[in-house]
Amino acid sequence: MPGPVLALDRAVKRYGPGAQVGPLTIAARPGETLALIGPSGAGKSTVLRLLLGLLSPDDGAVRLDGAPLRAGDPSVRRRFGYVIQGGGLFPHLTAEANVALVPRWLRWSPARLAERVRALAALTRFPEEALARFPSELSGGQAQRVGLMRALALDPDLLLLDEPLGALDPITRAELQDDLRRVFAELGKTVVLVTHDLAEAAFFSRRLVLLRDGRVAQEGTLEELARAPADAFVSAFVHAHRAVALPERA
Amino acid sequence: MTLAALALAIALGAGAPPGAGPTVRVGSKTFTESVVLGELAAQLAASAGARAQHRAALGGTRVVWEALRRGEIDVYPDYTGTLWREILGEAPRDLAALRAALAREGAGATASLGFEDNYAIGLRRDVAARLGVRRISDLERFPRLRFGFTNEFLDRSDGWPALRARYRLPQEDVRGLDHDLAYRAIEEGAIDATDLYSTDAELRRRDLAVLEDDRRAFPVYQAVLVYRLDLAARAPAALAAIRRLEERISADEMIDLNARAQLDRVPAPEVAAAFLRAKLDVRPAVAADGLLRRVLRRTAEHLALVAVALSAAIVAAVPLGIWAARRRRAGRIVLGVVGVVQTVPSLALLVFMIPLLGIGARPAIAALFLYALLPIVRGTHAGLTGIAPELREAAASLGLPPRARLRLIDLPLALPHVLSGVKTSAVITVGTATLGALIGAGGYGQPILTGVRLASVPLILEGAVPAALLALAVQGAFDLVERGLVPRGLRGANG
Repeated sequence: MPGPVLALDRAVKRYGPGAQVGPLTIAARPGETLALIGPSGAGKSTVLRLLLGLLSPDDGAVRLDGAPLRAGDPSVRRRFGYVIQGGGLFPHLTAEANVALVPRWLRWSPARLAERVRALAALTRFPEEALARFPSELSGGQAQRVGLMRALALDPDLLLLDEPLGALDPITRAELQDDLRRVFAELGKTVVLVTHDLAEAAFFSRRLVLLRDGRVAQEGTLEELARAPADAFVSAFVHAHRAVALPERA
Repeated sequence: MTLAALALAIALGAGAPPGAGPTVRVGSKTFTESVVLGELAAQLAASAGARAQHRAALGGTRVVWEALRRGEIDVYPDYTGTLWREILGEAPRDLAALRAALAREGAGATASLGFEDNYAIGLRRDVAARLGVRRISDLERFPRLRFGFTNEFLDRSDGWPALRARYRLPQEDVRGLDHDLAYRAIEEGAIDATDLYSTDAELRRRDLAVLEDDRRAFPVYQAVLVYRLDLAARAPAALAAIRRLEERISADEMIDLNARAQLDRVPAPEVAAAFLRAKLDVRPAVAADGLLRRVLRRTAEHLALVAVALSAAIVAAVPLGIWAARRRRAGRIVLGVVGVVQTVPSLALLVFMIPLLGIGARPAIAALFLYALLPIVRGTHAGLTGIAPELREAAASLGLPPRARLRLIDLPLALPHVLSGVKTSAVITVGTATLGALIGAGGYGQPILTGVRLASVPLILEGAVPAALLALAVQGAFDLVERGLVPRGLRGANG
């Protein structure tokens, strides 16, 4: 098995006396989709920011390809794509300009840029005619697709998503889940995804990391978590999710 | 910036009348007699072929004297007693001694213009009659009388301090106010007594009793014209023409001239021209500007002040705001300092600039610049620190270098706040620039100032109406700029 591409190595982030996340050891292997789950306040977003280098650990280390992460290095930054809840789109730029922001700054040729935006729109099933719209004129699902396009613009090998589907209506959410899973599979990137929803985590990922109070409560497949919960919390978390038993259609 | 440079060029060009001779700049202090005397000197210089300018009502004694020493003006009217006590700081002696003392400062003085303008104390006639007061020494018995003195009289060593010491005056209700306003305060019964000049136009009226200076507290003030000694070499003909005023104006004539300007509200240039025609047979070529030309010239002056000060303020304040937003502690200091500058009264700020930059447009622009900083710094700071956390994070994750991030993301997001700061500054600057006239910067303040001096509402409106219209136009122009610069996605988001 190849070594992890991105990992936390006994990383600790302190927020004040007695309040901290970690120490945590979490590793994402090349090409896999890793889901971080847990209740709110478990430290999911902190873990994601540590992995991204937006926060630096007070203890321990973040490793990229086994070496300490140099978060300030632009070439390192561009290996990451980051999607946040609601898309995090810049309201002063059109959808197209949001996607093309960094490539344009890197002086890509207009032809290359147009080609890339078209390809991303097709990949994320974003309507091309909406590219000229501003974020305030997009639906929630569309804004999230633009956020995904922007994260993928430079073809990073790591894609990190923080609750990408929170705050969407169920139909849009289901559509986007299908599209995201297809995109992850097509691109073969290493993906780390944060969600509070167990079903969604299991839909995207074989391997789940369940967090509680800034520590890993248990790591494994959904079956492992359900069959052999490490403690009462894991058991309660897994069983708090109810499946809907739909009757047969007439 | 090109617009600013253009407006400045127009303003500077408009200040100098046509003519081929040497330039002679005349200054005057902020009261009617000084303005009339300055106008007389300027017209005489012009009649001798000089390109004469009159920077009317520049300020108090120190302001005008400093302007002369710096070469910003060449001539101004003053009084022997004032020169001795305020400028030289010595006990008064004769004119020869005065000339010798002034020569050490590079200045000369004409002979007396023919009249004295001494300090005097005027008491409301009804009060004087009721209390039986005829001499200043009588005032000692009435400690409840209310005095309203000009600020200069209050501060000058030969003014109120000397008077109070000499007569042991017990009055405590002593207020400082503008000379021309003092007469109205007397009229309305708000004060009982004020300081007068013995040639004041108001002495022609009946409601003031002039009290006898029975213990000789006030020195003698002979009117002279003070000039730079280099004028003799640079513009001998103009200086000779100006000297024709020596011994030609009697005290009664000066009271008449003051009354014409102050009570009959004849513009000072016309008052001066009429006197020169009648008395010296000089027919100065004073083409009085029409209203439109005056307003246009002042608009150019005013716009130049605003445009230069505002452009400089934008260039300085936006980086300051960025810096303040990046470093929290430094930011508090920056905001504090520009906030304190804002609390300095605008008049005081203008006067602070005089020792540093002299008089005219430069100190006014410097003061306006300082005033314009706060709204822009605050707007930039608020715009940048107000960026939503998720956008901050999204920006940080993109891997753009700080400068590119600022240009492509942070500043555009902050733009509505920055622009509204600039708009506020622009409107404030248009209004504050009217005060520039106090230190010779011209603009719409000039007629307002003269109008206040002469209690002439039409003159005040001649400055106030265009100033208000300009403020509205500036506001409208910035609304358009905002519409053009702020992308659709941000409009309405930041009010």
